[in-house]
Amino acid sequence: MASMTGRALRPGSASGALLVLDEPLSFWGGSDLAGTIIDTHHPQHGQSFAGRVLAMRSGRGSSSSSYVLAEQLRRGTGPLAIVLAEPDAIIVLGALVAHELYGHSVPVVLVPPDELARLRTGDVVEVCA
Amino acid sequence: MTRILAEPEPSRLRLTVEEESMRRGDEGAGVAMAMRVVTGLAEVRRAPRLVGVTSAHVDGCLYHGQVGLDFARRLHDLGARVRIPTTLNVGSLDLLHPDLVRDATPAQREVRSQGKALMDAYLALGARPTWTCAPYIVDSRPRLGEHVAWAESNAIAFANSVLGARTDRYGDFLDICAAITGRAPYAGLHTDAARRGQVVVDCTAIPERVLGGDLAGPLLGYLVGSRVGSRVPVFVGLPSTTSEDQLKALGAAAASSGGVAMFHVVGVTPEAPTVEAALGPDRSGDPETITLTTTDLRAARDELTTDGGERLDAVSIGTPHASVDEVAALAAHLADGPALASGVHVYISMGRSVLAEAASRGHIAALEVAGVQIVVDTCTYVTPILGADVRVVMTNSGKWAHYAPANLGVAVVLGSLAECVASARAGRVVLDPETLR
Repeated sequence: MASMTGRALRPGSASGALLVLDEPLSFWGGSDLAGTIIDTHHPQHGQSFAGRVLAMRSGRGSSSSSYVLAEQLRRGTGPLAIVLAEPDAIIVLGALVAHELYGHSVPVVLVPPDELARLRTGDVVEVCA
Repeated sequence: MTRILAEPEPSRLRLTVEEESMRRGDEGAGVAMAMRVVTGLAEVRRAPRLVGVTSAHVDGCLYHGQVGLDFARRLHDLGARVRIPTTLNVGSLDLLHPDLVRDATPAQREVRSQGKALMDAYLALGARPTWTCAPYIVDSRPRLGEHVAWAESNAIAFANSVLGARTDRYGDFLDICAAITGRAPYAGLHTDAARRGQVVVDCTAIPERVLGGDLAGPLLGYLVGSRVGSRVPVFVGLPSTTSEDQLKALGAAAASSGGVAMFHVVGVTPEAPTVEAALGPDRSGDPETITLTTTDLRAARDELTTDGGERLDAVSIGTPHASVDEVAALAAHLADGPALASGVHVYISMGRSVLAEAASRGHIAALEVAGVQIVVDTCTYVTPILGADVRVVMTNSGKWAHYAPANLGVAVVLGSLAECVASARAGRVVLDPETLR
């Protein structure tokens, strides 16, 4: 079993199949409330991260991404865990608010970029943060 | 199967005795919850401490789902209240013209009922019912060097760049927590280092006549935002007469197409008396320079214009919210000449304080007589106001042009105010080739 170590931005544990994005995603404007990527310019347009572990280099775009991520987590359509290579305060804020309101803990972890590059869509990962 | 093990980094954050007390809950559970959000963000941003903020502008009052309402109500139920002057961004409804927002579908009806509940929830927390994305037009203008917690991308860009106040780019939810605690993470644009210019944008090749026109702001902002991302650009060659309304349009477009939260205009904005001052003392070597020409501006207009035909259904002015000068300018354009074409709906969005001032000067009555629909409290690109049959809309806003195709599913034509008015009268898109020559 392969393993990697990272920095926990939000604690929690989860395991599931990966969706690895080729480009950063803005949750607001880039995904809908069912967890589907709706940004037509995004390489993974049309795919869903609901119930999967989402991995991408960084977040991007609107500050309302916190709101959209927290709403997806409320509805159960958000990712099981988020793996990033760059810290993203807007994503962490969404996870933090879902925890405050609903006790819903989504781990958000930071791994080195070369480790992130080893992750493949469909692989199963276990995140402990 | 891959296993990812992660541990939190040792905290750098040092709180004052008063901040520790707030986090412990000595001032109530609501303050403690807000403090957990502020310190949680500070940890991710690796802030060494928090900074006291003197005002807040809250973006979270626009409805995107139940979580926003749950969050505001939880804070209120736990006894929280804002402790610094707090303005509110646009909501999902026009409370003065309640029938303006459509309610044809279940989703639209949810936005109307829940959006109103969300606006009420923020008032219950003690915020002011300003309902504007341009709080800097209202009476709350922070001074040079003052730390504030302002959300909404154009308000952030204006506060940092034009007023020289200091706010960072935050996610939704942090804004109200900063208002409740009076604190924000000392990170990002609160620090001197992050405010220094990183890219020079040379506009000296563009004629002053074009730079003085009302398309220079949106087009320069759009071009620079898409090229610099979230870096801090330094504009060189803009006239010393560049107005606040032009800077507002520039910042809003740059924050939409990129992540620009601060820009300098040499000789105009307060932290940029010279290029050297804007770039800061320890700048080594030549900074990257982007040179823009009128050809680039024409190309940007073509990119933002998603419809090349003559069809026109509506015109939208006032994104960000119009100033009194902008309302007066539209009224002046409409004062003489032909009536608006019957098939074209013309909207202008503004905050309530501008509505009151413009009404007292007679501009609002003049606009209404001409057939212009006044929109307050909200904006035409964030909530369903335009008719379901509207397909092509003209605007003088780079921000509106950037977001409306995805948000509303309409095609856009970007034009100057004069072109927008001429087109609304003709009932079809009329562009003036001289505008960008």
